[in-house]
Amino acid sequence: MKIDRRLLKNFDWVTLALIVLLSVTGIMTIYSATRPPLPGGEMPSFYIKQLYWLFVSVFALIAIVSFDYVWLKRFSYGFYAIGLFLLLAVLFLGRTGMGAQRWLNFGIFSFQPSEIFKLLYVIAISCYLSEMHGRVGLFSLLKAFFLLAFAPVVLVIKQPDLGTAVILLLVFLSLMAAKGLQKKLIALILLIGLVSIPFLGNIFWEGLKDYQKNRLVAFLEPQVDPAGIGYHINQSKVAIGSGSFIGKGYLKGTQGPFRFLPEKHTDFIFAVFAEEWGFTGSMFLLFLYLSLILRGIDTARKAKDEFGGLLASGVSFMFTIYFFINIGMTLGIMPVVGVPLPFMSYGGTSLLANFVAAGVLINVRMRRFELFY
Amino acid sequence: MLIAGYVITALFLILAIRLWQLQILQGNEYRKISEGNRLRIIKVAAPRGIIYDRNGVPLVKNTPYYSVALNPQVLDRVDIPALAGLLKMDRDVIAEKIREQAKRSMYEPVRLKEGLSFGEIALIEARRSDFPGLSIDVDVSRDYLYGSVGAHLIGYLGKPNEFQSRSPDFKDVPTDAFIGQWGIEKLYDKHLRGTPGERIIEVDALGRELRLLSEKSPVRGEDLRLAMDIRVQKEAEDAFGEKTGAAVALKPDTGEVLAFVSKPSFDPNLFARGIEYDQWKELNENRRLPLLDRALQSQYPPGSTFKIVTAIAALEEGAVDTGTKVACNGGISYGRWHFGCWRKTGHGILSLHRALVESCDVYFYETGKRLGIDKIAFYARELGLGKGSGLELVRERRGLIPDTKWKEEKRKQPWYLGETFNAAIGQGYVAVTPFQMAELMSVVANGGYVYRPSLLMLSKKPEPVEKLKIKEETLATIRSALFGVVNENGGTGWSAKSSRVSICGKTGTAQVVGLRRESKYLSEMQRDHAWFVAFAPYETPEIALSVMVEHGGHGGVAAAPIAKRAIEAYMKSAGPATGAAPAAAGGRAEEGAVGPGEVKANENRQTTP
Repeated sequence: MKIDRRLLKNFDWVTLALIVLLSVTGIMTIYSATRPPLPGGEMPSFYIKQLYWLFVSVFALIAIVSFDYVWLKRFSYGFYAIGLFLLLAVLFLGRTGMGAQRWLNFGIFSFQPSEIFKLLYVIAISCYLSEMHGRVGLFSLLKAFFLLAFAPVVLVIKQPDLGTAVILLLVFLSLMAAKGLQKKLIALILLIGLVSIPFLGNIFWEGLKDYQKNRLVAFLEPQVDPAGIGYHINQSKVAIGSGSFIGKGYLKGTQGPFRFLPEKHTDFIFAVFAEEWGFTGSMFLLFLYLSLILRGIDTARKAKDEFGGLLASGVSFMFTIYFFINIGMTLGIMPVVGVPLPFMSYGGTSLLANFVAAGVLINVRMRRFELFY
Repeated sequence: MLIAGYVITALFLILAIRLWQLQILQGNEYRKISEGNRLRIIKVAAPRGIIYDRNGVPLVKNTPYYSVALNPQVLDRVDIPALAGLLKMDRDVIAEKIREQAKRSMYEPVRLKEGLSFGEIALIEARRSDFPGLSIDVDVSRDYLYGSVGAHLIGYLGKPNEFQSRSPDFKDVPTDAFIGQWGIEKLYDKHLRGTPGERIIEVDALGRELRLLSEKSPVRGEDLRLAMDIRVQKEAEDAFGEKTGAAVALKPDTGEVLAFVSKPSFDPNLFARGIEYDQWKELNENRRLPLLDRALQSQYPPGSTFKIVTAIAALEEGAVDTGTKVACNGGISYGRWHFGCWRKTGHGILSLHRALVESCDVYFYETGKRLGIDKIAFYARELGLGKGSGLELVRERRGLIPDTKWKEEKRKQPWYLGETFNAAIGQGYVAVTPFQMAELMSVVANGGYVYRPSLLMLSKKPEPVEKLKIKEETLATIRSALFGVVNENGGTGWSAKSSRVSICGKTGTAQVVGLRRESKYLSEMQRDHAWFVAFAPYETPEIALSVMVEHGGHGGVAAAPIAKRAIEAYMKSAGPATGAAPAAAGGRAEEGAVGPGEVKANENRQTTP
């Protein structure tokens, strides 16, 4: 394939640099989090695996930016169907880990279909909305919900993966908002929301698994804490807080390697980072993520068509939601829902999916002027 | 899209504010918690000082005491049924222990089972990997090498009770460490305990020790050298056999306690291995009261041994002299009361010397009548009766020396002459402890010097507390009579006569019930208490002692042989006069020898009246 030189000139190096920087920081933090507590201990290979996945992901990103994203529109529903099929497959064939069935095993490697699906989901909704005219009314909102969001949300809840289900819903709603809602609908949503809160709570509670209930109780009332989840949040806060202003220094953190912190290289990786790099490092990290996301929003604004705009907003919203829930959880201001931190948490599927998603952002940005040529 | 940008920035701002709060505002606090997570300060019990007898023979040995504990960080993940199987404990008991500990502290390990056997330790070690967070702790406990011998004196170790764990005296003591709970172990706990060491270690979340950061070695406790001679102690206890009673032996020229017997005894090792409730209950409720320290905590009528006091009072007051003769025809009548002599056929005409030798009651009725109760009581108190030993070993009884004032105050009644008759032969209200009688014999033997009793061996001869104003010739008369009790024809203490050493003594048979019948017709609990008080050798006394056998019958039969065996054991063990340690044990004993400061502390303690 011939690559247009103008495209290369417009390539979004900033986004690529940001995500590679975040991923490398992630790998360094994984190394620190999983290092043996005593010198001479055996070093687990998590960071090496994550490095391999980083290379795979960069190639995947290059592959994605090679085609005009408009091309995605043609296959969006097909991809969506495949994604849905994978979610269904994971329910029957999946491997159980940490109390939930999230993994599909392919012999040499296993992956989490829900991580792949979230991008296909954004593409499908963006495609659907871009073909709609005018602002979103009540009827079109419900129609879109049952067509695109209902099935995956139910399947993900069944795994059960409440965190991802909530994220899928939030991504759906934020994309609707990006398309533009009718004023009447906004009022209605607010009204329904206010009225149903007391009832929703109960229905929601009944449908939860025990460990999910525990997490919520632990979040709301850490003193009660039936299963010691509050211990995890507490240790995470201790790790972050003990980092103070400048941190304990790289490879000087103790909460992770000494096993006080659970899920130290996956969901709680930020706590390990914040312990070693302190407030300054954490603010820098926040700045990197904010830059990535605001650049995505900017891309959405500048996109050459509505599909591209929705695509870029959807991906940016998705990053935002993941980031906020994950960091909020480690800081003790959100319940523990088991959501990875994009680009930094250990996990190949997640890294690959996030790179592909970032690839979509770059793709939209570099082809923003195409109409004028 | 602009709105979206603002919303997103606002969300980031929330996170930044929270980060500021945790890392800047509460940073120091969290850093402390994180250090507390990682660092654990472990108190290391110091090896306890060894207790030696006066000849340098070790009486105790330190032994490890193993227990298994669970780290609190794993409590939410612990498989209690499996653990119950491993430790052979009830699930509910384990759950209860975890709950209780959780109330006290979230960071201290939970002791699940104590006093593990080697078999149990091996089993736990083998399955350690299946139970993360399980650790085996070692404390220092005691092996009492002579078991029940001298248990009331040496005492035992036990876990601190609730009151003690809160007391500032024990603030340095590691939790769960053993402390002295009775006897020497308790009295000198501060010296024996030493200073615990400290280990600061880095641990992981499962409480596994990762590395040692700093260490302060424990300082070994001071050794103690007791005044007690284990050979005398053991011989006396063996001589008691299954009998109930007490015996105390003192060194008359120093006040050192050579033997301290209370029978039946108990095995202090039971306590040092973490006594089970059932065993404790058994000891505590045993009808023969093994936990009672009969040498200090029991008081008995002294019977005829009290005639020594009456005789001293009479000689000092001039009520009688060595030539005074009294006729005994088996008893005297006073009003409508008859006071019999133990020998119903009477002793005939006898002097003070023979009256003591044959223990004639009538002679002392007459003497008592001439003296009056208040004079008898005065000398009894001078000689150390009716007051505490000052040892602080246990809550002791003080005995009772009655007089007219006492009778009026306590009984609201006048004193009757008949009661003087009873008191003169050590019956009626008079009550003494075996320890007091040994002190009395010490004063008689050493010529009237009162020494503070000392449980520890003294490095030099102490100054006497006082010299009684009793004429030396009075005491010489008494000593000569006491020699006669054992060595003359017709002496009641003949069974204490020894071919190796000239033993002097006095028998006593104290009535338990008001009946005067031959002992063999009475049930055991009604039988008389048997006393024998003694010193030896006659010329230069080196040991003074008292032996009391509860319900033993006649003193000359039941108690005198025990005294004889103890005296012979001491004369064989100590050699003449010095009581120096045998050369073989010398080196070890020197190390444990108690310095003068130590002795002083002991003396100060005893200045309370």
